[in-house]
Parts: sequence; C-alpha cells; structure tokens
Amino acid sequence: MSRFSRFILPLVLFALLVVVLAIGIRQSPDKDLIPSPLIGKPAPDFSLPSLTAPGQRVSSAQLRGHWYLFNVWGTWCYACRMEHPMLLKIKQMGLIPMVGLDWKDDRADALSFLKEQGDPYQTIAVDHDGSEAIMWGVYGAPESFLVNPEGIVVYKFIGPITQQDWEQHILPRLQTGATAAAPASS
Amino acid sequence: MMTLRGASIFVVALMASLLLASSAAYAIAPEQMPTPQLEARYLALIHGFRCMQCQDESLADSPVNLAADMRREIRDMLLAGKTDEQIRDFMVSRYGYFILFKPPFVLKTAWLWLAPGVILLIGVIAALSIIRKRAVLAATDDEDNDVMDA
Repeated sequence: MSRFSRFILPLVLFALLVVVLAIGIRQSPDKDLIPSPLIGKPAPDFSLPSLTAPGQRVSSAQLRGHWYLFNVWGTWCYACRMEHPMLLKIKQMGLIPMVGLDWKDDRADALSFLKEQGDPYQTIAVDHDGSEAIMWGVYGAPESFLVNPEGIVVYKFIGPITQQDWEQHILPRLQTGATAAAPASS
Repeated sequence: MMTLRGASIFVVALMASLLLASSAAYAIAPEQMPTPQLEARYLALIHGFRCMQCQDESLADSPVNLAADMRREIRDMLLAGKTDEQIRDFMVSRYGYFILFKPPFVLKTAWLWLAPGVILLIGVIAALSIIRKRAVLAATDDEDNDVMDA
C-alpha cells in the first residue's frame, strides 16, 4: 500500500469533510429562515375587511402602483410588540407605506393596542381565521413582505425588523428597486 | 417515613397525570370527512406536510394553531374537489419544498437524492479494493502465519 492511500488520502477526505461541515455550521443561522417561494412572484390577491374602517375592505387592487411593506402581526405576538417602535419610525421616515395584516387577533385588542402605542399602518386588513396568512406562506409573526408597484414580492423579512435590518436589507432593495426598471429580487 | 412514602405516591401520581396530559395533547381532534375515501386522502395529505412552526412534526401530529389552520385549508380544498396534486402544488407555492416531508426529485433537490447513492458507491469501491488487496496478501502469505500487517 502506498503512502498516499494509507495516509494522505484519508487526510484529504477528512479535510473535505471539515469543509463541508464548516459550511453547514456557518449557514445554520439561516436554518430557521425558510426562503419564501413568493419572492419574484406576484403577491397574493386579497380583499379583506379593514380593521380600522368598519364595513370597508382592503384589497390588493387598491395597493397597485406603489411600493408597500406588508407586515403580518397580532397583539398576541410578543415579537410584534418589540417591532412596533421600529414600524412607527419607518412610518415617520415616509419612504414606504405599511399595510398590516392583523393575524388571528381580537379586534378590540388590536384597536386598543394601536390607540395606545400608535398606528404605523396606512391600512390594516383583518385575517380572522388565518387563511390569508397561509396564502402568503406565513409561519410566524412578525413577517414583512416588500411589494413593488407591479405587485411583485421583492423581499421577505422574517422576525422583528430592527434599525440595522431596515438599513441593511429593506432600504437598499427599496432604493435600487425604485431607481431600476426591473426590481431586484434575491 | 410516612412523609417519604406520601411524597413518592405524590410523584407517581404526578407522573401519571403528566403522561395522561401529554397523550391528550397529542390526540389532535380528528376532522371528520364526509366519505371514507376523502378521509383517507385527507389523512395521507396531512401526514405528508411538515408543520412550519415545529419542524419535525407533520401537520397531522402538530397541536399548534397554524397546523390547525393548514389542516382546515386542506380539508376545504378536498371538499372543493381539488386533487392531491393540486393541494400539494398549492402548499409548495406558498411554503416551498420545505413543507413536503418527501421532497420531489427536481434539479434543486437532486443532490439530496443522489448523494447517498454516490457515497455508497464510493464505499463499495473502497471496500472491494481493500478486500482484493487483502486476498492477494493472504494468497502470498501461507507460509508464515504470524502478523499480517507491517
């Protein structure tokens, strides 16, 4: 048996294994963030009752022609409460309107929460039974979808948006998408 | 002494009630379908989808709200006359292949299906070559039957 197959080959194989495992470990923070198949595709069409304007509906057709951030939340969701101040900040910046999807929430709770904490949304659609959330592939709140004027989902952010997330992930896509003819998708 | 005995009875009772409680938690209320055929398709479908919140459980086994909502959607689609294929396509279009416990064989998942076979093949080739070398060694080695290896 040669020195190569005895000693060097196993070492090379081991090194290869180390590389594969290292890549696996490095990417493991993304394990919980399941990529959305909706990216680059039209956002789901919907027409749902409005939370704040009784008797009125919020529909995807109304939202065509401008960018919006579709934010799935609920008062029962602790991470959404953590995210709330950042949403108010985004509203103040005035760069993009936010459309809320109040997911399986109590109407009175939602209204009193917004009255207390402030309402960052342009409009809020009510998903009472959770079927609209499934249309968007939501599996945990908060989740936010960046939708362009053509109604295409450009980006999905999972979890509460922080200042850093806004600057690193959302704002650049909004800016490049707004200037380029074809919106960027990732 | 008595207190110790009392304590142990208490512990046993506690464990028994915990066991009962956990088995109750796993018994998801079965949603009745109008015909046995639909029921069978429904059960097969919900066992094939992953619960997105508790990722190692199927929709059939998961007690979380989202899984219940998904079961309801699947039920509604079945009752509306959708085929299994259409229902699967719908779920994949919203959640990606990740939601399927058995991913399909497509370009993106090819490595997943092929890698075990490739690794097995490498192992078989390696084993065969080692066995062949050993056989050659043994054949040339009848006279001195002491140490095989140097």
